Amino acid sequence: MQGTLGPVGFAMPAAAHAATETVLDVQDLSVTFATENGPLVAVREVSFDLRAGETLALVGESGSGKSVTSLAIMRLTPSASRVKVSGSVQFTDGEGRKRDLLQLDLDAMRRVRGNEISMIFQEPMTSLNPVHRIGDQIAEAVTFHQRVSARAALVRAAELLDQVGISDARRRLSAYPHQLSGGMRQRVMIAMALACNPRVLIADEPTTALDVTVQAQILELLKELQTATGMAVIFVTHNLGVVAEIADRVMVMYAGAIVERGDVVPVMTRPLMPYTQGLLHSVPRLDPDAPGREPLEAIPGNVPDPLQPPPGCAFAPRCRHVEPACEAAVPVLEQADDGRQVRCRRWRAIDEAQR
Amino acid sequence: MTEAIMTATVAEEPPLVEARRLRQWFPVGGSLLQRRREMVRAVDEVSFTIARGEVLGLVGESGSGKSTLGRALLRMTDLTDGQILFEGRDITRLGRNALRPIRPRMQFIFQDPFASLNPRMTVRQIVGAPLAIQRPDLGIAARDARIAEALQTVGLSMQYADRYPHEFSGGQRQRICIARALIMEPSFLVADEPVSALDVSIQAQIVNLLIDVRRKLSIAMLFISHDLAVVGHLCDRVAVMYLGRIVEIAPTRELFRRPRHPYTEALFSAVPVPDPTVRRSRVILRGDIPSPLAPPSGCAFRSRCPYVLPECAEAVPSLREVDGGHRTRCIRDDLVLGRPHGGLS
Repeated sequence: MQGTLGPVGFAMPAAAHAATETVLDVQDLSVTFATENGPLVAVREVSFDLRAGETLALVGESGSGKSVTSLAIMRLTPSASRVKVSGSVQFTDGEGRKRDLLQLDLDAMRRVRGNEISMIFQEPMTSLNPVHRIGDQIAEAVTFHQRVSARAALVRAAELLDQVGISDARRRLSAYPHQLSGGMRQRVMIAMALACNPRVLIADEPTTALDVTVQAQILELLKELQTATGMAVIFVTHNLGVVAEIADRVMVMYAGAIVERGDVVPVMTRPLMPYTQGLLHSVPRLDPDAPGREPLEAIPGNVPDPLQPPPGCAFAPRCRHVEPACEAAVPVLEQADDGRQVRCRRWRAIDEAQR
Repeated sequence: MTEAIMTATVAEEPPLVEARRLRQWFPVGGSLLQRRREMVRAVDEVSFTIARGEVLGLVGESGSGKSTLGRALLRMTDLTDGQILFEGRDITRLGRNALRPIRPRMQFIFQDPFASLNPRMTVRQIVGAPLAIQRPDLGIAARDARIAEALQTVGLSMQYADRYPHEFSGGQRQRICIARALIMEPSFLVADEPVSALDVSIQAQIVNLLIDVRRKLSIAMLFISHDLAVVGHLCDRVAVMYLGRIVEIAPTRELFRRPRHPYTEALFSAVPVPDPTVRRSRVILRGDIPSPLAPPSGCAFRSRCPYVLPECAEAVPSLREVDGGHRTRCIRDDLVLGRPHGGLS
């Protein structure tokens, strides 16, 4: 099922300099929901950039704000009366034009979605329409953005299916979603997302609902497609193994804010933020020589109630390195060495002690 | 050394649970007019034992039959064929009433702690429900004492007893589910993906709780999971299922050091390792698990197996012993399969 990339479809990345070109520049993105119990800040002053061709992993647990961040970029958060989104999301398109996605009107935004920025979700079954053939669903994504005949769109749909490794693509066009396995459905979702050669793909837990064997296939496929198309990927996940596998850079979120950011190797081999350290220590390893049956180093407690965040560092109540000063004020995102940023006022002392 | 002693005592005692050639087939399709029905062999010819206090891990892809097997063992279904012995007694054909006195000794923990708690019941009612059914003779004070004890075992205090499930986080709800399972002091627990729905940092808490529970109460467990790392951490032995059959079963360390079935190797290989400096050559399985309605002839794994031979199509390989307690359903002895990579710890 591992498809070879055909000659059809995607344009190759322009040149080597593409690797440093910024396609998304997010500044001070905040998302606040109005709830019966007062304002709930789901995303708090998040800033980051995404470069062409790279994979940025957004890591966090439920409630960390990672999914809301990606929805806010796509302007897919619920209606404005209940949700306040502030900050800016500068998107640079293929011609080098810069636009703030948060300022676009709905029509202009609709032309961006699925065309220049695409998204895939965790549960492919709920993202596909059960009463339409998958060929028509992919073709719709093509005709919505491009002036092509229905026939040409179907031909393109077959090419796309072939590209995402679905064999016998022409015949599969007439299949309904329920006739496909979970892995196949996710391939269809990817085909749809890639229909218009997007510059950016936002993948929100795309492999979480899949078996490990199928997850490995999908990760491999995404890597191949990225190499072929040069698209940038924001990969939202809670699975640290997947992060290690796919990411160039990592952004760890906790309680709506970035707590650590950097290149994947330093972040995962020498994490500086106690939360990142705790996450990495709490996963059991597939190690044949590990003793086993020993308690894991779990992080105690639960994520804070977003309606009543702690006054200082959000992780302080669960942190084993906590000092009174941590609970006094929210720490800033500090620059650390090797291009890393960390939100912990004690990171130097903690890092020193662990060396 | 302790392990050697444990195995010695285990060998003398009869097993707590014994499954003999279990078959759980389900009819599919067909209608009133069209009588011919196909059968899905969700569980086929599965045999194993679980000793007192032992934790057997059960892994496999979705559709491999692991949940069906767990439910069948606790007699939540009527078996098509085979025999289940629990505490030495054949429970395969027992009816509802005959099963009732046995039920408290065998309990189930579900994956989703949101769906498996009644939102209209308080924690006291939820955890106390098994007592209310099984021990109606107990007075309120005695019942509350047992509830408090069960809650304490899972790390919750009685001050939560009058709250409702929605007031708890996912991890706390799973603790409530475990307390409900423990209150009847079972000797056997089937835990079906008990940590899969939880966040990473909470998963470790619940895994630790299960380690603690088994150490203190020496409860035997069938631990169903797709997470091989968790299974490796918690279980004494591991059984790997594929299309309704056990394809490999071995003591955990044996299995991790030298897997003997290509499917086990592929499962190990597919697990992403949380260490970006590890670059491995991978065995990526092609395609999906075949339809259980039309499994390949001979070895069911042959359609995806990288080491397939023409002989593999001939007959279903038997689950043969290759080493002390290590059995595999693969005919190839010449393979040296890859063991999992742990990465940095």
